[in-house]
Amino acid sequence: MSSDVLPVAVRQVPHQPSLGDVLAPKWRSALARSRSSQRGRGLRSLLFLVVGGLFWAAAFGICYRVLKFVNTQEIGILLASKMLGVIFLAFAAILLLSNLITSLSSFFLARDLDLLVAAPLHWFRLYLAKLLETTAHSSWMVLVMAVPILTAYGIVFDGGPLFPFVALAALLPFVVLPAVVGSAITLVLVNVFPARRIRDLLTLVALGAVGGLALLFRMIRPERLARPEGFQNLVEFLAVLRAPTNPFLPTQWASDMIMNWLRHIADPLPILLLVTTAAAFAIMGGWLHGRLFREGYSKSQEGAERFVRGRSWSGLMARTVGGLTPARREFLLKDIRLFFRDPTQWSQLILLGVLVVVYVFNIRSLPLFSGEKVPFFLVTVIVFLNLGLAGFVLTAIAARFIFPAVSLEGRQLWLIQSSPLRFRTLLLSKYWLGTLPLVVLALLITATTNALLHASTFMMLVSCGTIVAFTCAASALALCLGAYYPKFDTENAAQIPTSFGGLIFMMSGIALLGLLIAIEAVPVSAFLRAHQADETFVLTPTLLLALGAVGAVCVVTAIAALGLAARRLDALEY
Amino acid sequence: MIQVDHLVKRYGGFTAVNDLSFSVPRGTLFGFLGPNGAGKTTTMRMIAQILRPTSGEIRIAGVPTWEKPQVIKQMIGYIPDRPYVYEKLTGAEFVRFVAALYGQEGPAVERRMNELLEVFELTPWRDELTESYSHGMRQKLIISSAFAHRPEVIVVDEPMVGLDPKSARTLKDLFRAYVDRGGTILMSTHTLEVAEGMCDRIAIIQRGQLLAEGTMEELRAQSASGHETLEALFLRLTGGLQASGLDAIFDEL
Repeated sequence: MSSDVLPVAVRQVPHQPSLGDVLAPKWRSALARSRSSQRGRGLRSLLFLVVGGLFWAAAFGICYRVLKFVNTQEIGILLASKMLGVIFLAFAAILLLSNLITSLSSFFLARDLDLLVAAPLHWFRLYLAKLLETTAHSSWMVLVMAVPILTAYGIVFDGGPLFPFVALAALLPFVVLPAVVGSAITLVLVNVFPARRIRDLLTLVALGAVGGLALLFRMIRPERLARPEGFQNLVEFLAVLRAPTNPFLPTQWASDMIMNWLRHIADPLPILLLVTTAAAFAIMGGWLHGRLFREGYSKSQEGAERFVRGRSWSGLMARTVGGLTPARREFLLKDIRLFFRDPTQWSQLILLGVLVVVYVFNIRSLPLFSGEKVPFFLVTVIVFLNLGLAGFVLTAIAARFIFPAVSLEGRQLWLIQSSPLRFRTLLLSKYWLGTLPLVVLALLITATTNALLHASTFMMLVSCGTIVAFTCAASALALCLGAYYPKFDTENAAQIPTSFGGLIFMMSGIALLGLLIAIEAVPVSAFLRAHQADETFVLTPTLLLALGAVGAVCVVTAIAALGLAARRLDALEY
Repeated sequence: MIQVDHLVKRYGGFTAVNDLSFSVPRGTLFGFLGPNGAGKTTTMRMIAQILRPTSGEIRIAGVPTWEKPQVIKQMIGYIPDRPYVYEKLTGAEFVRFVAALYGQEGPAVERRMNELLEVFELTPWRDELTESYSHGMRQKLIISSAFAHRPEVIVVDEPMVGLDPKSARTLKDLFRAYVDRGGTILMSTHTLEVAEGMCDRIAIIQRGQLLAEGTMEELRAQSASGHETLEALFLRLTGGLQASGLDAIFDEL
């Protein structure tokens, strides 16, 4: 080492890397992933394109039709403007919640932070890099969703070739604001509570808020707005439409900026408000980061939960499964413990509860039994369609709770691989643990909604039998595809269902559901024909065969899926 | 006890283990040395049956691993280099879980677990979630759980990493006591003093191939002077003596 070492006081601040340099590992990793020559990548990209294209087309089609209809009315542009304000408000709520959780990971828990914090990187550059990362992670889905909606606005209201740039100019500052606010709130919270507890807290708050919003929205019963008799005072209604909903909120500025362009109103105020507020917020966020980050980051390294709650409950569970072999019992108990001790896992049950309540409430709200006699045909068809809807809901629940089961073994897989426990045993344990509660839920949803719909005994039996068989098959399918497309490195179970494998599972589940419904259309239509002809409905061999085929398809799917999953895990090298 | 014959493991075009053969007699503490990327972990993961060999054979107690995998796994306790545990289980729950995977439970397991946790000074933390454990504590927990089902063979990858001096000493004593009672240990380590002081036999591998194998005396006998330390022998065999360019690296300081 040279002898002429400079004292610290006179050393110069080292040259700062550019934002691009700081973010290079992220974007280079993303680029490398997209270029990797992994087997089946071409098929994946194609499937993503097809599904994405279908989703965009559907979203665009719905928006276009609604806006086209609205545009034929006198107050069309006012209604469209109001709708856009509501859409931006919903986007802002989603973005804020998403940023709260994402910023905790990117600012305090990410694996690259040790390196970045230890490097002589200026705090404001670190803030900007992490803010950009947070914004990108939190906002891409909202931006993807916004494209077909804004395209429909641009086409229906003749936005012209420059409209995409106007929309982009509105969206960019719009997504930055919730990122700044979300990361600032997280920064303050981390300074008060340990980061690892904050994640649990934020997950609960976010899910509670989403659940609450969904319930609130449902309880408002927006379908009443479609009934013209609901409007008593047109002048008052128009006044409400003309008035801006929230003049001090960026959602209104973004909405105004786009609608002003579409209505050919030259008003630079909304864009000025948006851009200057976003810039001012980013600077204030940076200032706050400069003051609180070091302390918060230090605190975020502590705070893992130490003790276990609910020991008596745990003991009860152990006694309940006491008859199983030690390996099966401990494996089952391990999965139950891990689920109920991880707030990012069990808190999803809140959303599930809300989903079920909203679903049952929707069925109850159907205007079928409001006085006049409803045709038997209509009730039967709705009960049959309800079967499809319930199946779809259960597929989504299986995607969230059963599909990630194999991935969650993750880095502990070495323990299973080196132990004498067979993967078949592991899969069966995970299968029953996931399937039994799902079957109870499936029966609860189907029987309750069928009772609300005054379904006939035949339809009740067909629905309940089918939904149980489908649930058993869909659970096995979820485990199988979870084993074929595992994500062992993920830290958040909620991200696993949104992977490519999750998409494949949803598509397979829906295809299976479609097949079952197609087969069951035979006995259901025979039942309807018999009723219309005022004849006694008799189950002929053909009809029995159709019902038997539904059971057979489900049994074969379940057995084949579990067998394939076991074979896949046996061959897995991780 | 462990017989490795012409073992090969390829990952695509890369050969991690290349025609490796060696044997570990019963009641031996066998040191497995080699530079980073030599193929030690891959070999040990194949013996623990986490990875499948591309070709070659591994026999435990004379039985090929592919023939009766479940029976052979029952005989092995594997301790990986990175201590990944279920973070939402307590230490005691984790050890019980691992013992149950090997079909063992009841008072005998509880007694053994208590003894092992006591030896590694983990008793005060036994009912706390492992997410609050340090790296070294997790390592000690995994070592405890590997011994809980009374294996005949221990396959252990870099056990000293993260252990404090007292725990490292405890582990050395534990390994020695286990081997003295007829147990067999295959241990990889980069700490050459540990290997020299503890191991009955040592194998040195590089690029997936065996360079030397024998007792310390046998290895020394292969050297010119006959008095080489393990470090000198290791560096000579693996070509690690050339540390040129250090001046260039530090010239700017």
